[in-house]
Amino acid sequence: MNWQLLPQFVITGILLAGPLALNALGIVLIFKSTYIFNFAQGQLLLLGVLTTWWFAVVQGFPLWVAILLALILSAILGFLIERFALRPLTGQHLLVIILMTLGLSQVLQGLALLLFGSVQRNFPQIFSAANPYKISTPFIFNGSNIIIILKQNLVWSFVIAILGVVFISLFFRFTRIGLTMRGTSEDHDLAQSIGININRVFGISWALAGIVATTAGILLATSSGLDMSLSVVVLSAFPVVLLGGLDSIPGTIVGGLIIGVSMGITSASKVPIIRDTTEIVPYILLLVILLIRPEGLFGQKRIERI
Amino acid sequence: MAIIRPSGDFDTNYAHDLKTIRQPWQWLALVGFLLTLYALPLFANQGTVSLVNRICITIIAVQGLSILTGYTGQISLGQAAFMTTGGYISALLVGKLGLPFLISLPLAALGAGLVGLVFGLPSLRVKGFYLAMSTLAAQFIIPWFTRNIFPEVLNGAQGLNVEVPVIFGIEFNSPQRFLYITLTVLIITTLIAYNVTRSRLGRAFVAIRDHDLAAELLGVNPFRYKLQAFFLASVFAGAAGALAAHNIRHLNSETFNLIDSVIFLGMLIIGGLGSNLGPIFGAIIVELLTEGATLFGPFFITIFPSTASGAVQALRPLFFGITLMLFLIFEPRGLAHRWQLIKAAWRLRPFSH
Repeated sequence: MNWQLLPQFVITGILLAGPLALNALGIVLIFKSTYIFNFAQGQLLLLGVLTTWWFAVVQGFPLWVAILLALILSAILGFLIERFALRPLTGQHLLVIILMTLGLSQVLQGLALLLFGSVQRNFPQIFSAANPYKISTPFIFNGSNIIIILKQNLVWSFVIAILGVVFISLFFRFTRIGLTMRGTSEDHDLAQSIGININRVFGISWALAGIVATTAGILLATSSGLDMSLSVVVLSAFPVVLLGGLDSIPGTIVGGLIIGVSMGITSASKVPIIRDTTEIVPYILLLVILLIRPEGLFGQKRIERI
Repeated sequence: MAIIRPSGDFDTNYAHDLKTIRQPWQWLALVGFLLTLYALPLFANQGTVSLVNRICITIIAVQGLSILTGYTGQISLGQAAFMTTGGYISALLVGKLGLPFLISLPLAALGAGLVGLVFGLPSLRVKGFYLAMSTLAAQFIIPWFTRNIFPEVLNGAQGLNVEVPVIFGIEFNSPQRFLYITLTVLIITTLIAYNVTRSRLGRAFVAIRDHDLAAELLGVNPFRYKLQAFFLASVFAGAAGALAAHNIRHLNSETFNLIDSVIFLGMLIIGGLGSNLGPIFGAIIVELLTEGATLFGPFFITIFPSTASGAVQALRPLFFGITLMLFLIFEPRGLAHRWQLIKAAWRLRPFSH
């Protein structure tokens, strides 16, 4: 273990929780109201970033206009997906719905490739990468204080992710639409019988998920560049979702923190084989969670009736 | 749907009731069909034979998945990972230990089966979507092992070069020759898959798929049968992986990836869930679509110039995804069901209903 590097890696792990939680949030939003696990979240993210890039770089709009336009477009895309791909499957069994989102992910990936090609692109920089924040810690190593370096983009994406989660929680708590969505997530039939238009609720959930995906994508692209592999990043958010609980919004933050920090700790190890496990730590945790507590830390346990 | 038989084909005893091939002309058709397949290398060109090879190997993998997902109802996103396992086992047995291919192939299938058992363990506790997640974990953990564990044997991310299989002194070093191996294995796996699904085992699988709690109350031990389904599915995947590895002669952690697992599931849906014809139909259709993407590629470059290099890359997922989505919406029971309908319509002609 590199003890002098440990604080740095732990803090980086905590910050890593930002994008992880944001991706998880998109998935939870859809699952909470529709019981659909969206495997296409990564591709939604990819398309969102690519449209932002297109507006900002190819069309030359100012960045904030580009982001705004991309957010609107991704909301529309989410809406359309719900209307044309998933509504015909209402009431079908699980496998069919899982495969629909998997098929959707393939279609969106293909579309992204077809429209934008598979070249690596530079995404406009939002946060300066040159001068990261430096924090001096009270820990002393070799006679000098350990200094933790925080990349600006990581810090800000963490802040934005937390804000996003808080915002969505408040939305679910205090707005009429949010309350309707919570009602729908309790029981579809019951919600319909008290006059909630559940199709509209599903549509709004997908649109919100599209917006969240694009936000997460923009934050990721400013730090790690823009190419087709961005959609794979979301796969590491699946363990976060399961750890936090599939229908729990605060769970995404806690899950993100646990996964992020455990990735940070393993990457601080001096033993190469343990350092290499960083990429599969989320999935090992996933297996452990599934075996011990399948519903996650904050998820609702569902009782099965015959 | 009731099975509609040709006029005059009645069951006179139980043995006849259980028969698959009921009439002489069916024997003739089957033998003729198999002979044509075996004779394919004599008249087809190398490209076609390679394609048939690939289709056969894919069918084997999907047959395994069909037992697990189609019959037992356990969703698995890890079939490609078990193919990787089988491929590596066979490549190492032949390459490092010098075992003959005839021994390494079953051992690879068996080894993959045992690994499949380990990743099937969560099925005892979780099901449905959660199980899909745990098999997804297999899809990340197994390739990671091949990349990072024993780099001096497994050669890390670069992967292995796989030997040419030798059986009875004959080197199967071209697609034409390799076809004889894949076809033979395919026939064996088809027989196994078919007989599993119409035996006690298969009925237990179906009971678990339809309602696992009810099945348990009826005395079907869900744990045992779920694990058996996982084992069988992984055995098939292992055999397919070993064949594919010796066919392409190279193997690394990315040879069979998550997308392949997704495509296998898609093939199963397109072909038809819970049917023995499903995997065959599905694999053929999807592989042909992929070929179509290669053909259409140049044409699409003229429409979307920005993709120049990636047109084929883009068209494959697009074609597959759109086909899958259309099937899910309009024919979720797949081509096998459609085939049943066509057969029924033919037999009832001209009194179709």
